[in-house]
Amino acid sequence: MRRYIARRVLWGIALLFICSAVIFVIFYAFPSADPASLRAGRAATPDQIERIRVSLGLDEPIYTQYWLYMKNLVLHFDLGYSYQSNIGVRTLILDRLPATAFLVSGAAILWLAAGLPVGIVSAVRPRSLMDRTMMVTSLALISAPVFWLGLVSLYLFADDIGQLLPIFPGVGSYIEANSFLEKAWSLVLPWFVLAAASAAIYARYMRSSLIDTLSEDYVRTARAKGLSERTVVMRHGVRSAVTPIVTLLGLDIGTLLAGNAILTETVFNIPGVGRLVATSIERSDLPVIQGVVLFGAFFIITFNLIVDIVYAYLDPRVRYE
Amino acid sequence: MSLLEVSDLRVQFETEDGVVQAVDTVSYEVASGETLGIVGESGCGKSVASMTILGLTRGPQTTISGRVMYEGRDLLALGADDLRRVRGNDIAMIFQDPLSSLHPFYRIGDQIVEAIRTHQDVSRAGGRARAIELLDMVGVPEPSRRVDDYPHEFSGGMRQRAMIAMALSNEPKLLIADEPTTALDVTIQAQILELLNDLQSRLGMAVILITHDLGVVAENADRVLVMYAGRIVEAGSIDQIFHDPGHPYTWGLLGSLPSLDLHRHEELPQIAGLPPSLLAPPAGCHFRDRCPHAFDQCMKVPPLESRLPDSPEHRDRCWLTAEQKHDLRTVDGRIGLQAPGARAS
Repeated sequence: MRRYIARRVLWGIALLFICSAVIFVIFYAFPSADPASLRAGRAATPDQIERIRVSLGLDEPIYTQYWLYMKNLVLHFDLGYSYQSNIGVRTLILDRLPATAFLVSGAAILWLAAGLPVGIVSAVRPRSLMDRTMMVTSLALISAPVFWLGLVSLYLFADDIGQLLPIFPGVGSYIEANSFLEKAWSLVLPWFVLAAASAAIYARYMRSSLIDTLSEDYVRTARAKGLSERTVVMRHGVRSAVTPIVTLLGLDIGTLLAGNAILTETVFNIPGVGRLVATSIERSDLPVIQGVVLFGAFFIITFNLIVDIVYAYLDPRVRYE
Repeated sequence: MSLLEVSDLRVQFETEDGVVQAVDTVSYEVASGETLGIVGESGCGKSVASMTILGLTRGPQTTISGRVMYEGRDLLALGADDLRRVRGNDIAMIFQDPLSSLHPFYRIGDQIVEAIRTHQDVSRAGGRARAIELLDMVGVPEPSRRVDDYPHEFSGGMRQRAMIAMALSNEPKLLIADEPTTALDVTIQAQILELLNDLQSRLGMAVILITHDLGVVAENADRVLVMYAGRIVEAGSIDQIFHDPGHPYTWGLLGSLPSLDLHRHEELPQIAGLPPSLLAPPAGCHFRDRCPHAFDQCMKVPPLESRLPDSPEHRDRCWLTAEQKHDLRTVDGRIGLQAPGARAS
């Protein structure tokens, strides 16, 4: 088990290097705009732009740029400085991360709390009216784009423009919030919007996984023992059916922390990692993009590792392989 | 007095293709302490009939009728809670594949303790001590260590022993063994059957032994039911079924057994054709289409009844008279079913 984890960690580090190289090459091969002229502003002379270019190190060949970047990263955990603001990328990301983490963790709790019970109830009585209603609802939620759902929720429930029940804080309220409770309250709508599609996906996943599990021989054995249906479903069914959900959850949280909550963050103006990467792409701010991508890869690899360890805990057969 | 009395049991499954009549008018009794063998090929309804006794086939797509009397109560009419008190307690069941029948995530001991504590008021420690005792009884070596193993750490035969230990944990009066040795190799098969025989005589329980293997039945059962396409086609003692079989299907089964006096290059006889689809079985006798001796009368369903007044417990579902059967069932000097074309000559 320890060797297995060590191997996974080494492979994760190698992946991080590959990611950083790929993003460098992509950025170099497809320059969307000249970072130096963006930095210099509208009325800049070519001479000024050239000086900025030199000061940012953009006149060096790509491999030199990459080498310097990686050297600083490995030796000083220095992700470089934003071309646009000169603020350290590490600082930029760490400033944004709490908002994203708060958004994602709250939403994850919400979608698990909603999705798993719905999936279980549907699986226990497949094709019942309840099952069909829930599955049609979930399909609708999966199909609704996040930005649309976000705007609709604001239109109905935001305390400034809400038409139906204007009680929840609207756009930009997270920035103004100070205490933990205020921040949490300002995230209620974003949590629901971000959790909606995932709750639906998890419900469907849980349903099909549990339906499969309930047809297993060991579930028949559990019934033949005389266990109550509740014990059969929860202890013998759900216990097995939940393992693929763990994989899904690890990936989802990893990608969301890596900036995948970009739409929700944009609609509700939450200053998170997603917003950061969106503005950085607009401004060709390579160090920031590179930093976010590396952070993202780090999260995805870390959560995958956590998933593997949890798996070994859940399924004794994995421990001995 | 019989321990279990099944009468006129019918089980239907609604499927997308139509209604499957999996079990049709099945009636039998099991006496305390005896072993009843149920033989038949895959899909003949033998497992469904037995699982229905414990309500394991209940579901929205299933229609069950008939009666299953156990200690004065009709198990088919029992509510879920009352039925649970019977399951694993009065009547226990073991299954074909012991690996898939044990939960892969829980320790063997914990699974046995769970069975014990479902029906008995004992502490965790008491349950564990009992589990070790049970594992020892079924011949698992070093039971106090192996009680903490997971199913995948057991060999196939050991897993089935553990299943048996779990089934016997509440000292049931009836054990339903559904193909208990089919997934095991031959030497292990013999050990498991010997263990079952031994435990049965020690604990005095009745056993329903479901199998497709006539050899297993011959060595272990007191009485035999032969099932075909959802119905019992013949019922009798071991002697009666093996030496004086009444139904042509039973002749075919016996005829297809390899025997030592069969020449080496001779092909093993088989019953021509395939069992009917239970979605639309033929009218009358279900074996009619494969039977070389079928005649007009076979369009009507033959009753399961005795043909000879001096052995009322030997019954079959065939219109042929006792004399006809006696004459027709000998093929090449052995009991067997004639090839379909042979009738004309």
